[in-house]
Amino acid sequence: MGANHEHDPHHPAPAAGRALRLGIGGPVGGGKTALVAALCRVLREDFALAVVTNDIYTTEDADFLHRTGVLAPERISAVRTGCCPHTAIRDDITANLDAVEAHESRLGPLDLVIVESGGDNLTASFSQGLADRQIFVLDVAGGDKVPRKGGPGVTLADLLVINKIDLASRVGADLDVMTSDADHVREGRPVIATSVREHPDVPEIASWVRAQIAWWRANQAAGGAELAGSGHAH
Amino acid sequence: MPTVPAASTAPAPLPASLLLLADSRLPTGAHVHSGGLEPAAAAGRVRTVAALAEFLRGRLATAGLVAAAFAAAAAAECARPEPRWAAFDAELDARTPSPAQREASRAQGRALLRTAHTVWPAPALAALAAASPGGAHHPLALGAAAHAAAPEHAPAHAALLAASAAVTGPASAAVRLLALDPLAVHGVLAELAPSVDAVAAEARAVPDSPAELPAVSAPALDVHAELHRGQRLRLFES
Repeated sequence: MGANHEHDPHHPAPAAGRALRLGIGGPVGGGKTALVAALCRVLREDFALAVVTNDIYTTEDADFLHRTGVLAPERISAVRTGCCPHTAIRDDITANLDAVEAHESRLGPLDLVIVESGGDNLTASFSQGLADRQIFVLDVAGGDKVPRKGGPGVTLADLLVINKIDLASRVGADLDVMTSDADHVREGRPVIATSVREHPDVPEIASWVRAQIAWWRANQAAGGAELAGSGHAH
Repeated sequence: MPTVPAASTAPAPLPASLLLLADSRLPTGAHVHSGGLEPAAAAGRVRTVAALAEFLRGRLATAGLVAAAFAAAAAAECARPEPRWAAFDAELDARTPSPAQREASRAQGRALLRTAHTVWPAPALAALAAASPGGAHHPLALGAAAHAAAPEHAPAHAALLAASAAVTGPASAAVRLLALDPLAVHGVLAELAPSVDAVAAEARAVPDSPAELPAVSAPALDVHAELHRGQRLRLFES
């Protein structure tokens, strides 16, 4: 519990037996929920999954996932955030931790728990105490200056997804500018430009997530046992 | 020859650890609860700063007093060799007729215990959590946390924290939900401060039996809490 204060912030100490926690954040309307649905559809055969959604004011996102039928209803829960979606994933992660742990204790061992944040601004990012990995989702229609503006979501996310590239010509967005601006501030961390609508199997993003799960499992097998019960890295 | 001012040698009135527990920045998930403010606002009962002041006054005198008395008693109970947590739990359930409010209380208590046990590792906190599989009621968790943070005068501190939280939580929710002027809202909280002190003082008298603790009720809060749970459009858990 908080014993290892010097760990690499991008590689928090794994706690043996718990699932990889993947945060998915980004502004409103970028396609976070569509990406969550796509990942669930593609990964559910190979992994035990659960999802926690953080909607700003309704259970809209959880309802969308229920309707699309990508996961059994008991594998999806919704957290309300008291008008502060960024607070719930960063400053005070308690409600989300509670929901994640409820999934794990109710559904048994899981491989992956996805926490989808409510749509928020560019300064929002997931606490290391909540997410082991995070994806930040932008879309071209939000403006091609967004990656240049930076902010913790764009610069620090383990994967940046630029979605809706099929709309780029219609909204006058320069995709090359977006990806090169993103590369410039991300110090080598990956950027994937795609259209989840046109490629609903999200092959590149799914393989990235598979690689993270593999890394997580390998680290648990290697040294996780002695950390059993240490829980989240506070 | 100048004398040393008495203030320089007097003990600090509050230990710093208690300020941590009182700070709304302590991550305990409290920000997703409105203490009944959201349903009261939805019903049109709270739209203005003046109406908020009335809402807070009523909440302080009812739910606030019960919470403060149980928090003080829970802090005192931590000093007993075998705390009677089951009895306290049952007494609070009896004073909380709304299932939605029971759930909200247990969710906040569970979250507070998780945080408090990380911040102030104390066996009493683990014992309370173990005795409350569905989550400890929030006033009990707050009392135990106050004892873990600073054992001396813990019942008095716990009473003050609970009475204060009974009004500051909904006030913060009102600033976010209704966009009320935050300065005006803090003016209201300052006006209420003597009442908060008075409720805390009343709550400090810890009786021998948990059954003798105050049992004032606020039926409107109970009804609103139940209606709120069925609402599709809501920003707060409670």
